[in-house]
Amino acid sequence: MTAALLAAELPVVGDATGLGSLAWLLFVLPAIGALVLFVAGRRANAWGHWLGVATVVLSFLLGLAILLETVGLDAAQRTREFTLFDWITVGDALNVEFGLRLDPLSLTFVLLITGVGSLIHIYSVGYMSHDPGRRRFFAQLNLFVAAMLILVLADNFVMLYLGWEGVGLASYLLIGFYQDRPAAATAAKKAFLMNRVGDVGLAIAIFILWTQLGTLQYTEVFENIGQVDTAALVAITVLLLLGACGKSGQFPLQSWLPDAMEGPTPVSALIHAATMVTAGVYLIARSHPIFDLSEAGRLVVALVGVVTLLIGAIIGCAYDDIKKVLAYSTVSQIGYMILAVGLGPAGYALGIFHLLTHGFFKAGLFLGAGSVMHAMHDDVDMRRYGGLARHMPITFVTFGLGYLALIGFPFLSGYFSKDEIIAAAFDQPGWQGYVFGGAALLAAGLTAFYMTRLMLMTFFGEKRWKELRTADGREYHPHESPASMTVPMIVLAFGSVFAGFLLYQGDTLVEWLAPSLGELEELPAAAVPHALTPFLVVGISALGVLTAYLTVGRRRTPVERPERVSLPVRAARRDLYANAVSEALIARPGTWLTRALVYVDNRGVDGVVNGTAALLGGSSGRLRRLQTGFVRSYALSMLGGAVLVIAALLAVRFA
Amino acid sequence: MTSLAQAVVDSVSLGEGITFWVLAPVALAGALGMVLARNAVHSALMLVTTMFCLAVFYIVQQAPFLGFVQIIVYTGAIMMLFLFVLMLVGRDSSDSVVEVLRGQRLAGLALGLGLAVLLVGAVGSALISVEPIGLAAGGAGAGGNVTGLGALIFTKYLLAFELTSALLITAAMGAMVLAYAQSKGYAKRGQRATVEARLRGEHDRISPLPGPGVFATGNSVAVPAILPDGSIAPESISAIIDATPVQVVDEIAPGARALTDARALTGGRADDDRGARHDAEETS
Amino acid sequence: MTPTYYLLLSALLFSIGAVGVLVRRNAIVVFMCIELMLNAVNLTLVTFARINGSLDGQVIAFFVMVVAAAEVVVGLAIIMSIFRTRRTASVDDANLLKY
Repeated sequence: MTAALLAAELPVVGDATGLGSLAWLLFVLPAIGALVLFVAGRRANAWGHWLGVATVVLSFLLGLAILLETVGLDAAQRTREFTLFDWITVGDALNVEFGLRLDPLSLTFVLLITGVGSLIHIYSVGYMSHDPGRRRFFAQLNLFVAAMLILVLADNFVMLYLGWEGVGLASYLLIGFYQDRPAAATAAKKAFLMNRVGDVGLAIAIFILWTQLGTLQYTEVFENIGQVDTAALVAITVLLLLGACGKSGQFPLQSWLPDAMEGPTPVSALIHAATMVTAGVYLIARSHPIFDLSEAGRLVVALVGVVTLLIGAIIGCAYDDIKKVLAYSTVSQIGYMILAVGLGPAGYALGIFHLLTHGFFKAGLFLGAGSVMHAMHDDVDMRRYGGLARHMPITFVTFGLGYLALIGFPFLSGYFSKDEIIAAAFDQPGWQGYVFGGAALLAAGLTAFYMTRLMLMTFFGEKRWKELRTADGREYHPHESPASMTVPMIVLAFGSVFAGFLLYQGDTLVEWLAPSLGELEELPAAAVPHALTPFLVVGISALGVLTAYLTVGRRRTPVERPERVSLPVRAARRDLYANAVSEALIARPGTWLTRALVYVDNRGVDGVVNGTAALLGGSSGRLRRLQTGFVRSYALSMLGGAVLVIAALLAVRFA
Repeated sequence: MTSLAQAVVDSVSLGEGITFWVLAPVALAGALGMVLARNAVHSALMLVTTMFCLAVFYIVQQAPFLGFVQIIVYTGAIMMLFLFVLMLVGRDSSDSVVEVLRGQRLAGLALGLGLAVLLVGAVGSALISVEPIGLAAGGAGAGGNVTGLGALIFTKYLLAFELTSALLITAAMGAMVLAYAQSKGYAKRGQRATVEARLRGEHDRISPLPGPGVFATGNSVAVPAILPDGSIAPESISAIIDATPVQVVDEIAPGARALTDARALTGGRADDDRGARHDAEETS
Repeated sequence: MTPTYYLLLSALLFSIGAVGVLVRRNAIVVFMCIELMLNAVNLTLVTFARINGSLDGQVIAFFVMVVAAAEVVVGLAIIMSIFRTRRTASVDDANLLKY
């Protein structure tokens, strides 16, 4: 990639007019909703949730309008920016504006966030109807939507960072929503801390960008990025990747995502499936001019993606908690997206494509899981499910469609997006083609296996819950969820089925995203011929389904988890020792360091202070013995003083 | 004036030298004796010695008035005052040899030595060769030492004089106030009340002790008196001094009793007296 | 010999008096040591009057004597009144200011 070619690919940025100038309402509406709901307090308990829903729905409608307006424009004019106000100005050195960039990529994300967000807001009205903190929930959810919109609409890295931090905060609040559960608080802290590690990477990348280029506006950075030397470029790309890993739950920062399932299910659906965890992919896609220039950086990104998609798939096979399985599935699928954007111009658009389809079917799967939990009295252990298909038909159908999309059933949305990524992976030259493609293929098989296992354990088979009782001793009565919950699931199921096909036809999405991401590069076939790839993928997925049917479907699933299992299963149950490793490498030394510092503080700092006081006390205690009360002692000291004075005088006089 | 011509060095005469070298050791010895003497009265007397020597030094150094004032006022009045107070107060309390404060004697000695060395060194090195002008002729002013002093006191040092006189008055009043022994709180008894108390038995005896010579055979305090019946009066035996032995009058001068017999004058019946004396001897 | 020797003598007398103040315990003897110190100073003054040829030194020595007299009067009165209440004339017994 030469700098000249790069410059030719950058879009011309125009000013936003018409509806585009109202784009600031997109995030201001949810922000106002959040503010009102937080401040109003208990008075808003009766109508707060409807306000929350209304703001996001309005944002969606406005986003849709802006999209239609943008579609009406020429392809070359679709990139628009406008500035709201000057935000940070430090002399001539630093000049950060609060501005918005309306281009295909950001508008895509706006629609995803507000669309899926509206559906989940409506779902939450029913799901959280029994919870007294529902208003607070909607306030925090609105806050999240506002922050995420700022993130995707930003036109400079600092505003992106603002949104980045905002979604981290909202995630923390929402994971820890059940304030009476210590496990939820711990999970929220863990999420926030691991996000923080990533945020440091992003911050340092921004700092390096500024020191190298003096500016943080996207347009100016992308224009001048060719002037930065290679070492700094590698540093920037790796640090941006670190930020993405933190936010998207990639290796090595992936263990917070399954723990985040402590939050309510709508939170898992919206934040940890569709939107927040995709922020990392967005970051890399947005910074594609930087990644285009650094092959080493792209390689690291792809490797991280490959490792993560394998880890997620392996661990997902061993869990019995339905939400945790879906969480690891999310980790794995985002690994696919990261792999895609790590392939360079050959994969940016594919990553975004998979992101969109994944948003549909994963959100649908999570909402379905929420519906099942609702029916099974908030129980998440799949070993206590079984045969629920008859009792919850709508849930079963929508869940099933999402499942089929995820495993890449031909002509559903996942088939198009995932297969494209695997094909692009195989097209990489040299060893990379074999390694990346092979790993992605293997993970596809594993994905099919564990998702089928999940389906079989939950909706088919004998009804294990008939003999069991709930936590407070009653019988299980699984029932279908109310309309407020099933309607969004149905809508998402439609998306799972048709979205992929619609966006793939005529390269609609790829062409649409070209101004933002550059043209999609078609590589010649390397490891595997192009025509063979779909068959390979479908074949492996079918193999996975079959294996799951034979091992899980045909046998009785014991209610108690078997303890004597093989080594891979044991390792997967311990999430491949990731938590153990980070505990040993980071947590224990950190605790040790803190204890040592406390010790130093107690002995050293307090020692100095208390020691000074003790010294003064002791010395004054000894000094007071000079006051013997005897006049002759005083006379002695007087004479001594007089002798000293005379001696001094004479010394001065005769010296 | 002849002062200019007399600005010549006033050398130390031989006599003065001898006086100094004789009396200076005496003064020093007196000072040391004062510090070291165990008995307080001895200390006072040693100080008197030193003061006398100093008076002689004053006289020798052309300050005769001051020398006499030293003897009269300092030695004669002030030291006597010291001795009076010593008698009243501090005679019995002699310092024990044991020193209560640790290191006091050593530190005192060391500091004293240090002070002496410093002062001697300072004085010595500063005044190695000084030529005294002397007061013989010019410095004294007209008319001698006393006149000169008077002139200075009442002109140049008038304020100091007035202040010092105020000080003296204050000191005298202060001493009177401090030394005034508070009388006992109750009112003095009158004579009538005293007699009534005596008759009631609150005192040792109804009537005061007889004056000397009534019952005494000698006028020494050590000689006890003899009652009419020849026994010794217990009230006349001194508590402090041992009584000298008393011989009964009859043995010394057998006829003396008869002389003192009241009936001898009347030529009365001797047997009545004998009977009375016999009774008294039995009962005594 | 020069009049300097008088000054040396008075310096020695002064030191002896200072040591005596520190070492003796009888209040009256301490007082007498102070008197010795005053006398030593008087000797110095008279000697200097002789050295400088002016009577000022003698006048000052005279005033010192007067003040010493007044001081002795008041001081002894104090000692006597202390003795009346405390029955002791030792300076070591006035040690109430000890720690």
